[in-house]
Amino acid sequence: MCLGIPGKVIEIYQANDMIMGKVDFGGVIKEACLEFIPDIRVGEYTIIHVGFGISKLDEEEAMRTLEMLREMEMLADELPELNQGLSA
Amino acid sequence: MKYLDEYRDGELTRKLLAEIRQTVTQPWKIMEVCGGQTHSIIKSGLDQLLPPEIDLIHGPGCPVCVTPLELIDKAIALASRPDIIFTSYGDMLRVPGSDRDLFSVKAAGGDVRIVYSPLDALKIAQQNPHKMVVFFGIGFETTAPANAMAVLQAKNQGIENFAMLVSHVTVPPAITAILESPQVQVNAFLAAGHVCTVMGYWEYEALVGKYRVPVIVMGFEPVDIARAILMCVQQLENGEARVENAYARSVEQAGNLPAQSIIKQVFETTDRAWRGIGVIPESGYRLKDTFQQYDAELRFPEIQVINPHESSLCISGLILQGLKKPNECPAFGKECTPQSPLGATMVSSEGACAAYYQYGRYTSSLEK
Repeated sequence: MCLGIPGKVIEIYQANDMIMGKVDFGGVIKEACLEFIPDIRVGEYTIIHVGFGISKLDEEEAMRTLEMLREMEMLADELPELNQGLSA
Repeated sequence: MKYLDEYRDGELTRKLLAEIRQTVTQPWKIMEVCGGQTHSIIKSGLDQLLPPEIDLIHGPGCPVCVTPLELIDKAIALASRPDIIFTSYGDMLRVPGSDRDLFSVKAAGGDVRIVYSPLDALKIAQQNPHKMVVFFGIGFETTAPANAMAVLQAKNQGIENFAMLVSHVTVPPAITAILESPQVQVNAFLAAGHVCTVMGYWEYEALVGKYRVPVIVMGFEPVDIARAILMCVQQLENGEARVENAYARSVEQAGNLPAQSIIKQVFETTDRAWRGIGVIPESGYRLKDTFQQYDAELRFPEIQVINPHESSLCISGLILQGLKKPNECPAFGKECTPQSPLGATMVSSEGACAAYYQYGRYTSSLEK
Protein backbone atom coordinates (compact mmCIF):
# COMPACT_ATOMS: atom_id res chain seq x y z
CA MET A 1 0.00 0.00 0.00
CA CYS A 2 2.76 2.43 0.90
CA LEU A 3 4.88 1.39 -2.05
CA GLY A 4 6.38 4.15 -4.16
CA ILE A 5 8.27 3.93 -7.41
CA PRO A 6 11.06 6.28 -8.51
CA GLY A 7 10.47 7.93 -11.87
CA LYS A 8 11.86 10.77 -13.95
CA VAL A 9 9.67 13.84 -14.57
CA ILE A 10 9.58 14.50 -18.32
CA GLU A 11 6.82 17.13 -18.54
CA ILE A 12 5.11 19.54 -16.12
CA TYR A 13 1.79 21.33 -16.65
CA GLN A 14 -1.25 22.72 -14.78
CA ALA A 15 -4.67 21.04 -14.67
CA ASN A 16 -7.60 21.95 -12.38
CA ASP A 17 -5.26 24.30 -10.47
CA MET A 18 -2.92 21.41 -9.69
CA ILE A 19 0.67 20.90 -10.79
CA MET A 20 0.58 17.74 -12.90
CA GLY A 21 3.28 15.95 -14.84
CA LYS A 22 4.29 13.03 -17.00
CA VAL A 23 6.62 10.63 -15.25
CA ASP A 24 8.82 8.02 -16.95
CA PHE A 25 9.24 4.73 -15.06
CA GLY A 26 11.89 3.01 -17.15
CA GLY A 27 9.91 3.48 -20.38
CA VAL A 28 6.38 3.38 -18.96
CA ILE A 29 4.93 6.90 -18.88
CA LYS A 30 2.17 7.83 -16.44
CA GLU A 31 0.48 11.03 -15.36
CA ALA A 32 1.02 12.12 -11.76
CA CYS A 33 0.06 14.98 -9.48
CA LEU A 34 3.16 16.96 -8.46
CA GLU A 35 1.37 19.42 -6.17
CA PHE A 36 3.28 18.19 -3.07
CA ILE A 37 6.68 18.70 -4.71
CA PRO A 38 6.13 22.15 -6.28
CA ASP A 39 9.82 22.88 -6.94
CA ILE A 40 10.45 19.74 -9.02
CA ARG A 41 11.92 20.38 -12.50
CA VAL A 42 11.84 18.39 -15.72
CA GLY A 43 14.67 15.82 -15.65
CA GLU A 44 14.55 15.33 -11.87
CA TYR A 45 13.44 12.14 -10.12
CA THR A 46 10.47 11.74 -7.80
CA ILE A 47 8.89 8.89 -5.85
CA ILE A 48 5.30 8.31 -6.97
CA HIS A 49 2.65 6.83 -4.67
CA VAL A 50 -0.99 6.33 -5.86
CA GLY A 51 -0.45 8.88 -8.62
CA PHE A 52 1.18 11.57 -6.46
CA GLY A 53 4.82 12.66 -6.17
CA ILE A 54 5.64 12.42 -2.46
CA SER A 55 9.33 13.36 -2.58
CA LYS A 56 11.90 14.87 -4.83
CA LEU A 57 14.53 12.14 -4.92
CA ASP A 58 17.83 13.48 -3.60
CA GLU A 59 20.17 12.21 -6.33
CA GLU A 60 23.35 13.44 -4.60
CA GLU A 61 22.33 11.63 -1.44
CA ALA A 62 21.52 8.47 -3.43
CA MET A 63 25.03 8.52 -4.96
CA ARG A 64 26.67 9.28 -1.60
CA THR A 65 24.95 6.31 0.06
CA LEU A 66 26.02 3.93 -2.70
CA GLU A 67 29.60 5.24 -2.70
CA MET A 68 29.77 4.89 1.06
CA LEU A 69 28.49 1.32 0.89
CA ARG A 70 30.89 0.44 -1.93
CA GLU A 71 33.78 1.80 0.15
CA MET A 72 32.66 -0.46 2.96
CA GLU A 73 32.62 -3.28 0.43
CA MET A 74 36.26 -2.58 -0.48
CA LEU A 75 37.12 -2.55 3.20
CA ALA A 76 35.42 -5.93 3.63
CA ASP A 77 37.46 -7.31 0.72
CA GLU A 78 40.64 -6.16 2.39
CA LEU A 79 39.67 -7.73 5.69
CA PRO A 80 38.85 -11.35 4.81
CA GLU A 81 37.70 -12.19 8.31
CA LEU A 82 34.65 -9.96 7.73
CA ASN A 83 33.53 -12.46 5.12
CA GLN A 84 33.46 -15.39 7.51
CA GLY A 85 30.20 -17.24 7.38
CA LEU A 86 29.21 -15.61 4.12
CA SER A 87 29.15 -18.94 2.30
CA ALA A 88 26.87 -20.50 4.92
CA MET B 1 15.35 1.13 -13.44
CA LYS B 2 17.45 3.94 -12.05
CA TYR B 3 17.35 4.25 -8.23
CA LEU B 4 15.90 0.73 -7.95
CA ASP B 5 18.47 -1.60 -9.54
CA GLU B 6 21.45 -0.19 -7.63
CA TYR B 7 19.66 -0.91 -4.37
CA ARG B 8 18.97 -4.52 -5.38
CA ASP B 9 22.66 -5.33 -5.76
CA GLY B 10 23.20 -8.85 -4.36
CA GLU B 11 26.92 -8.42 -3.71
CA LEU B 12 26.38 -5.23 -1.69
CA THR B 13 23.59 -6.90 0.27
CA ARG B 14 25.83 -9.89 1.08
CA LYS B 15 28.59 -7.59 2.33
CA LEU B 16 26.13 -5.80 4.59
CA LEU B 17 24.90 -9.17 5.90
CA ALA B 18 28.50 -10.18 6.66
CA GLU B 19 28.93 -6.94 8.58
CA ILE B 20 25.74 -7.68 10.54
CA ARG B 21 27.10 -11.16 11.44
CA GLN B 22 30.31 -9.56 12.65
CA THR B 23 28.46 -7.05 14.81
CA VAL B 24 25.77 -9.14 16.49
CA THR B 25 26.60 -10.89 19.80
CA GLN B 26 23.19 -11.54 21.35
CA PRO B 27 19.50 -12.05 20.43
CA TRP B 28 17.54 -8.99 19.28
CA LYS B 29 13.90 -8.62 18.27
CA ILE B 30 13.50 -5.96 15.58
CA MET B 31 10.12 -4.94 14.18
CA GLU B 32 9.70 -3.77 10.61
CA VAL B 33 6.52 -1.75 10.83
CA CYS B 34 5.52 -1.61 7.16
CA GLY B 35 3.88 -4.56 5.41
CA GLY B 36 5.43 -3.60 2.06
CA GLN B 37 8.82 -3.97 3.71
CA THR B 38 7.78 -7.35 5.17
CA HIS B 39 7.11 -8.53 1.62
CA SER B 40 10.46 -7.18 0.42
CA ILE B 41 12.28 -8.99 3.27
CA ILE B 42 10.57 -12.34 2.63
CA LYS B 43 10.80 -12.05 -1.16
CA SER B 44 14.56 -11.34 -1.07
CA GLY B 45 15.14 -14.07 1.54
CA LEU B 46 16.76 -11.62 3.98
CA ASP B 47 14.84 -13.26 6.86
CA GLN B 48 16.71 -16.51 6.16
CA LEU B 49 20.09 -14.90 5.50
CA LEU B 50 20.28 -12.90 8.72
CA PRO B 51 22.15 -14.44 11.66
CA PRO B 52 19.89 -16.49 13.98
CA GLU B 53 20.26 -13.90 16.76
CA ILE B 54 18.13 -11.46 14.78
CA ASP B 55 14.41 -12.10 14.88
CA LEU B 56 12.43 -9.84 12.56
CA ILE B 57 8.94 -9.24 13.95
CA HIS B 58 6.39 -8.22 11.34
CA GLY B 59 4.42 -5.14 12.33
CA PRO B 60 0.88 -3.85 11.79
CA GLY B 61 1.75 -1.56 8.86
CA CYS B 62 -0.72 -2.96 6.39
CA PRO B 63 -3.73 -0.64 6.03
CA VAL B 64 -5.67 -3.28 4.12
CA CYS B 65 -5.18 -5.68 7.05
CA VAL B 66 -6.16 -3.27 9.84
CA THR B 67 -9.23 -1.70 8.19
CA PRO B 68 -11.96 -2.66 10.68
CA LEU B 69 -14.35 -5.44 9.71
CA GLU B 70 -17.32 -3.13 10.30
CA LEU B 71 -16.07 -0.76 7.59
CA ILE B 72 -15.47 -3.65 5.16
CA ASP B 73 -19.07 -4.73 5.78
CA LYS B 74 -20.21 -1.12 5.19
CA ALA B 75 -18.19 -1.00 1.96
CA ILE B 76 -19.87 -4.23 0.82
CA ALA B 77 -23.32 -2.81 1.67
CA LEU B 78 -22.59 0.42 -0.25
CA ALA B 79 -21.10 -1.42 -3.23
CA SER B 80 -24.21 -3.61 -3.46
CA ARG B 81 -26.48 -0.62 -4.11
CA PRO B 82 -27.50 0.00 -7.73
CA ASP B 83 -27.20 3.79 -7.32
CA ILE B 84 -23.53 3.60 -6.28
CA ILE B 85 -20.27 3.08 -8.16
CA PHE B 86 -17.83 1.81 -5.55
CA THR B 87 -14.15 2.58 -6.19
CA SER B 88 -11.18 1.17 -4.32
CA TYR B 89 -7.49 0.33 -4.44
CA GLY B 90 -7.32 -3.22 -5.79
CA ASP B 91 -6.02 -4.82 -2.60
CA MET B 92 -9.30 -4.26 -0.78
CA LEU B 93 -11.43 -6.40 -3.09
CA ARG B 94 -10.50 -9.79 -1.63
CA VAL B 95 -10.47 -8.69 2.02
CA PRO B 96 -13.05 -10.89 3.73
CA GLY B 97 -16.03 -9.16 5.34
CA SER B 98 -18.34 -11.00 7.72
CA ASP B 99 -20.01 -12.95 4.93
CA ARG B 100 -18.35 -12.03 1.64
CA ASP B 101 -15.89 -9.65 -0.03
CA LEU B 102 -16.10 -6.75 -2.51
CA PHE B 103 -14.97 -9.05 -5.31
CA SER B 104 -18.06 -11.23 -4.86
CA VAL B 105 -20.23 -8.07 -4.97
CA LYS B 106 -18.58 -7.25 -8.31
CA ALA B 107 -19.09 -10.82 -9.54
CA ALA B 108 -22.77 -10.56 -8.64
CA GLY B 109 -23.13 -7.48 -10.85
CA GLY B 110 -22.25 -4.65 -8.44
CA ASP B 111 -20.41 -1.70 -10.00
CA VAL B 112 -17.10 -2.06 -8.17
CA ARG B 113 -14.08 -0.49 -9.89
CA ILE B 114 -10.40 -0.68 -9.06
CA VAL B 115 -8.60 2.64 -9.28
CA TYR B 116 -4.87 3.38 -9.18
CA SER B 117 -5.27 6.89 -7.77
CA PRO B 118 -8.06 8.67 -5.84
CA LEU B 119 -8.11 11.25 -8.64
CA ASP B 120 -9.28 8.44 -10.95
CA ALA B 121 -12.32 7.96 -8.67
CA LEU B 122 -13.03 11.67 -9.01
CA LYS B 123 -12.90 11.35 -12.81
CA ILE B 124 -15.42 8.49 -12.66
CA ALA B 125 -17.72 10.79 -10.63
CA GLN B 126 -17.44 13.50 -13.31
CA GLN B 127 -18.20 10.98 -16.05
CA ASN B 128 -21.23 9.54 -14.19
CA PRO B 129 -23.16 12.56 -12.83
CA HIS B 130 -26.31 10.49 -12.19
CA LYS B 131 -24.58 7.98 -9.94
CA MET B 132 -22.96 8.39 -6.56
CA VAL B 133 -19.26 7.47 -6.58
CA VAL B 134 -17.87 6.24 -3.25
CA PHE B 135 -14.11 5.84 -2.82
CA PHE B 136 -12.69 3.56 -0.10
CA GLY B 137 -10.19 5.98 1.50
CA ILE B 138 -7.82 3.71 3.34
CA GLY B 139 -4.13 4.01 4.08
CA PHE B 140 -1.42 5.36 6.33
CA GLU B 141 0.12 8.84 6.25
CA THR B 142 1.71 8.02 2.87
CA THR B 143 -1.70 7.83 1.19
CA ALA B 144 -3.51 10.48 3.27
CA PRO B 145 -2.31 13.51 1.21
CA ALA B 146 -3.54 11.90 -2.05
CA ASN B 147 -6.93 11.02 -0.57
CA ALA B 148 -7.17 14.51 0.98
CA MET B 149 -6.45 16.05 -2.43
CA ALA B 150 -9.33 14.09 -4.00
CA VAL B 151 -11.76 15.48 -1.38
CA LEU B 152 -10.41 19.01 -1.75
CA GLN B 153 -10.69 18.80 -5.54
CA ALA B 154 -14.28 17.52 -5.24
CA LYS B 155 -15.09 20.58 -3.17
CA ASN B 156 -13.19 23.06 -5.35
CA GLN B 157 -14.67 21.69 -8.57
CA GLY B 158 -18.19 21.37 -7.10
CA ILE B 159 -18.37 17.60 -7.70
CA GLU B 160 -21.28 16.60 -5.49
CA ASN B 161 -21.72 12.93 -6.42
CA PHE B 162 -18.47 11.91 -4.72
CA ALA B 163 -17.96 10.60 -1.18
CA MET B 164 -15.23 8.81 0.71
CA LEU B 165 -15.50 5.91 3.15
CA VAL B 166 -12.59 6.94 5.35
CA SER B 167 -10.46 4.46 7.27
CA HIS B 168 -7.16 6.26 7.71
CA VAL B 169 -4.63 5.09 10.28
CA THR B 170 -1.39 6.61 11.57
CA VAL B 171 1.86 4.88 12.53
CA PRO B 172 3.28 6.53 15.70
CA PRO B 173 0.24 5.69 17.93
CA ALA B 174 0.50 2.05 16.79
CA ILE B 175 4.21 1.93 17.69
CA THR B 176 3.37 3.43 21.08
CA ALA B 177 0.65 0.80 21.60
CA ILE B 178 3.17 -1.96 20.81
CA LEU B 179 5.73 -0.45 23.21
CA GLU B 180 3.10 -0.20 25.96
CA SER B 181 1.88 -3.77 25.47
CA PRO B 182 3.16 -6.11 28.19
CA GLN B 183 3.09 -9.08 25.77
CA VAL B 184 5.17 -7.59 22.99
CA GLN B 185 8.92 -7.40 23.41
CA VAL B 186 10.56 -5.41 20.65
CA ASN B 187 14.11 -4.04 21.01
CA ALA B 188 14.08 -1.71 18.01
CA PHE B 189 11.93 -0.46 15.12
CA LEU B 190 12.56 -0.15 11.40
CA ALA B 191 10.32 2.78 10.48
CA ALA B 192 8.33 2.86 7.23
CA GLY B 193 10.26 4.90 4.67
CA HIS B 194 7.34 6.36 2.76
CA VAL B 195 5.31 7.25 5.85
CA CYS B 196 8.42 9.17 6.97
CA THR B 197 8.78 10.71 3.49
CA VAL B 198 5.46 12.44 4.16
CA MET B 199 5.59 12.97 7.95
CA GLY B 200 9.34 13.21 8.59
CA TYR B 201 10.91 11.43 11.54
CA TRP B 202 10.94 14.14 14.20
CA GLU B 203 7.90 12.49 15.84
CA TYR B 204 10.03 9.47 16.76
CA GLU B 205 12.55 11.49 18.80
CA ALA B 206 10.12 11.60 21.76
CA LEU B 207 9.43 7.84 21.48
CA VAL B 208 13.13 7.05 21.45
CA GLY B 209 13.69 9.26 24.48
CA LYS B 210 10.84 7.73 26.47
CA TYR B 211 11.22 4.03 25.62
CA ARG B 212 14.96 3.85 24.85
CA VAL B 213 14.52 1.94 21.57
CA PRO B 214 16.45 2.66 18.36
CA VAL B 215 14.31 3.72 15.38
CA ILE B 216 15.84 3.46 11.90
CA VAL B 217 14.03 4.97 8.91
CA MET B 218 14.24 2.26 6.23
CA GLY B 219 13.81 2.06 2.45
CA PHE B 220 12.30 -0.80 0.49
CA GLU B 221 15.07 -2.50 -1.49
CA PRO B 222 17.37 -5.26 -0.16
CA VAL B 223 20.40 -2.94 0.16
CA ASP B 224 18.28 -0.37 2.02
CA ILE B 225 16.92 -3.04 4.35
CA ALA B 226 20.25 -4.72 5.09
CA ARG B 227 21.84 -1.33 5.75
CA ALA B 228 19.03 -0.27 8.12
CA ILE B 229 19.30 -3.57 10.02
CA LEU B 230 23.08 -3.09 10.32
CA MET B 231 22.61 0.44 11.72
CA CYS B 232 20.00 -0.94 14.09
CA VAL B 233 22.23 -3.78 15.36
CA GLN B 234 25.16 -1.37 15.80
CA GLN B 235 23.02 0.83 18.04
CA LEU B 236 21.63 -2.12 20.01
CA GLU B 237 25.08 -3.66 20.57
CA ASN B 238 26.46 -0.28 21.70
CA GLY B 239 23.53 0.30 24.06
CA GLU B 240 22.42 3.36 22.09
CA ALA B 241 18.90 4.51 21.21
CA ARG B 242 18.68 7.15 18.49
CA VAL B 243 16.61 7.94 15.43
CA GLU B 244 18.69 7.32 12.30
CA ASN B 245 17.76 7.86 8.68
CA ALA B 246 18.79 5.03 6.34
CA TYR B 247 16.58 6.30 3.49
CA ALA B 248 17.92 9.82 3.07
CA ARG B 249 17.41 9.91 -0.70
CA SER B 250 13.66 10.23 -0.01
CA VAL B 251 13.24 11.24 3.64
CA GLU B 252 13.99 14.53 5.38
CA GLN B 253 13.57 15.09 9.11
CA ALA B 254 10.68 17.54 8.64
CA GLY B 255 8.99 15.43 5.95
CA ASN B 256 6.98 16.81 3.04
CA LEU B 257 5.41 20.06 4.27
CA PRO B 258 2.89 20.65 1.43
CA ALA B 259 1.64 17.06 1.90
CA GLN B 260 1.31 17.53 5.67
CA SER B 261 -0.49 20.81 5.11
CA ILE B 262 -3.26 19.24 2.99
CA ILE B 263 -3.71 16.43 5.56
CA LYS B 264 -4.29 19.13 8.23
CA GLN B 265 -6.64 21.04 5.93
CA VAL B 266 -8.93 18.07 5.19
CA PHE B 267 -8.56 15.57 8.04
CA GLU B 268 -8.55 15.63 11.83
CA THR B 269 -7.28 13.07 14.32
CA THR B 270 -9.71 10.51 15.70
CA ASP B 271 -9.69 7.26 17.70
CA ARG B 272 -9.65 4.35 15.27
CA ALA B 273 -10.38 0.63 15.59
CA TRP B 274 -7.66 -1.57 14.04
CA ARG B 275 -8.85 -4.95 12.81
CA GLY B 276 -7.51 -7.70 15.05
CA ILE B 277 -6.01 -5.22 17.52
CA GLY B 278 -8.82 -3.00 18.82
CA VAL B 279 -9.24 0.73 19.32
CA ILE B 280 -6.01 2.73 19.50
CA PRO B 281 -6.57 6.30 20.79
CA GLU B 282 -5.96 9.11 18.28
CA SER B 283 -4.61 6.66 15.72
CA GLY B 284 -6.58 7.70 12.66
CA TYR B 285 -7.94 10.50 10.53
CA ARG B 286 -11.54 11.44 9.75
CA LEU B 287 -12.85 14.22 7.52
CA LYS B 288 -13.16 17.63 9.16
CA ASP B 289 -16.64 19.13 9.64
CA THR B 290 -16.15 21.44 6.65
CA PHE B 291 -15.87 18.36 4.40
CA GLN B 292 -18.75 16.38 5.99
CA GLN B 293 -20.75 16.25 2.77
CA TYR B 294 -18.00 14.00 1.34
CA ASP B 295 -18.14 11.54 4.24
CA ALA B 296 -19.84 8.36 2.95
CA GLU B 297 -20.83 7.25 6.46
CA LEU B 298 -22.70 10.52 7.07
CA ARG B 299 -24.11 10.60 3.55
CA PHE B 300 -25.57 7.10 3.88
CA PRO B 301 -26.58 6.87 7.56
CA GLU B 302 -29.01 4.08 6.66
CA ILE B 303 -26.06 1.74 6.05
CA GLN B 304 -25.78 0.00 9.40
CA VAL B 305 -23.77 -3.14 9.95
CA ILE B 306 -25.39 -5.81 12.02
CA ASN B 307 -23.24 -8.22 13.97
CA PRO B 308 -19.86 -8.17 12.20
CA HIS B 309 -18.09 -11.48 12.86
CA GLU B 310 -14.58 -12.78 12.19
CA SER B 311 -13.58 -16.30 11.25
CA SER B 312 -13.03 -18.28 14.47
CA LEU B 313 -9.88 -19.90 12.98
CA CYS B 314 -8.05 -16.68 12.01
CA ILE B 315 -5.26 -15.39 14.30
CA SER B 316 -4.45 -12.28 12.24
CA GLY B 317 -4.76 -10.07 15.33
CA LEU B 318 -1.85 -11.90 16.97
CA ILE B 319 0.14 -11.72 13.73
CA LEU B 320 -0.45 -7.98 13.35
CA GLN B 321 0.80 -7.41 16.89
CA GLY B 322 3.93 -9.46 16.24
CA LEU B 323 2.91 -12.14 18.77
CA LYS B 324 2.73 -14.99 16.22
CA LYS B 325 4.33 -15.73 12.86
CA PRO B 326 1.97 -16.66 9.98
CA ASN B 327 3.23 -20.26 9.75
CA GLU B 328 2.38 -20.80 13.43
CA CYS B 329 -1.32 -20.56 12.53
CA PRO B 330 -3.05 -23.97 12.23
CA ALA B 331 -5.15 -22.70 9.30
CA PHE B 332 -2.15 -21.30 7.34
CA GLY B 333 -2.03 -22.80 3.84
CA LYS B 334 -4.88 -25.17 4.70
CA GLU B 335 -8.26 -23.52 5.33
CA CYS B 336 -6.63 -20.16 4.60
CA THR B 337 -4.88 -19.32 1.30
CA PRO B 338 -4.69 -16.17 -0.87
CA GLN B 339 -7.42 -17.71 -3.06
CA SER B 340 -9.79 -18.16 -0.11
CA PRO B 341 -8.44 -16.04 2.76
CA LEU B 342 -9.93 -16.18 6.26
CA GLY B 343 -8.25 -12.94 7.31
CA ALA B 344 -6.97 -9.78 5.67
CA THR B 345 -3.30 -10.62 6.38
CA MET B 346 -3.57 -13.43 3.77
CA VAL B 347 -4.84 -11.01 1.14
CA SER B 348 -2.85 -8.06 0.21
CA SER B 349 0.52 -7.35 -1.32
CA GLU B 350 1.63 -6.46 2.18
CA GLY B 351 -0.12 -8.88 4.52
CA ALA B 352 2.45 -11.01 6.38
CA CYS B 353 0.51 -14.27 5.79
CA ALA B 354 0.34 -13.58 2.04
CA ALA B 355 4.12 -12.99 1.99
CA TYR B 356 4.82 -16.26 3.85
CA TYR B 357 2.50 -18.17 1.52
CA GLN B 358 3.77 -16.60 -1.69
CA TYR B 359 7.46 -17.12 -0.89
CA GLY B 360 7.20 -20.58 0.65
CA ARG B 361 7.73 -20.04 4.39
CA TYR B 362 5.37 -22.94 5.04
CA THR B 363 6.82 -24.16 8.33
CA SER B 364 8.52 -22.31 11.12
CA SER B 365 11.43 -24.82 10.99
CA LEU B 366 12.38 -23.33 7.61
CA GLU B 367 12.78 -19.94 9.21
CA LYS B 368 16.54 -20.00 9.65
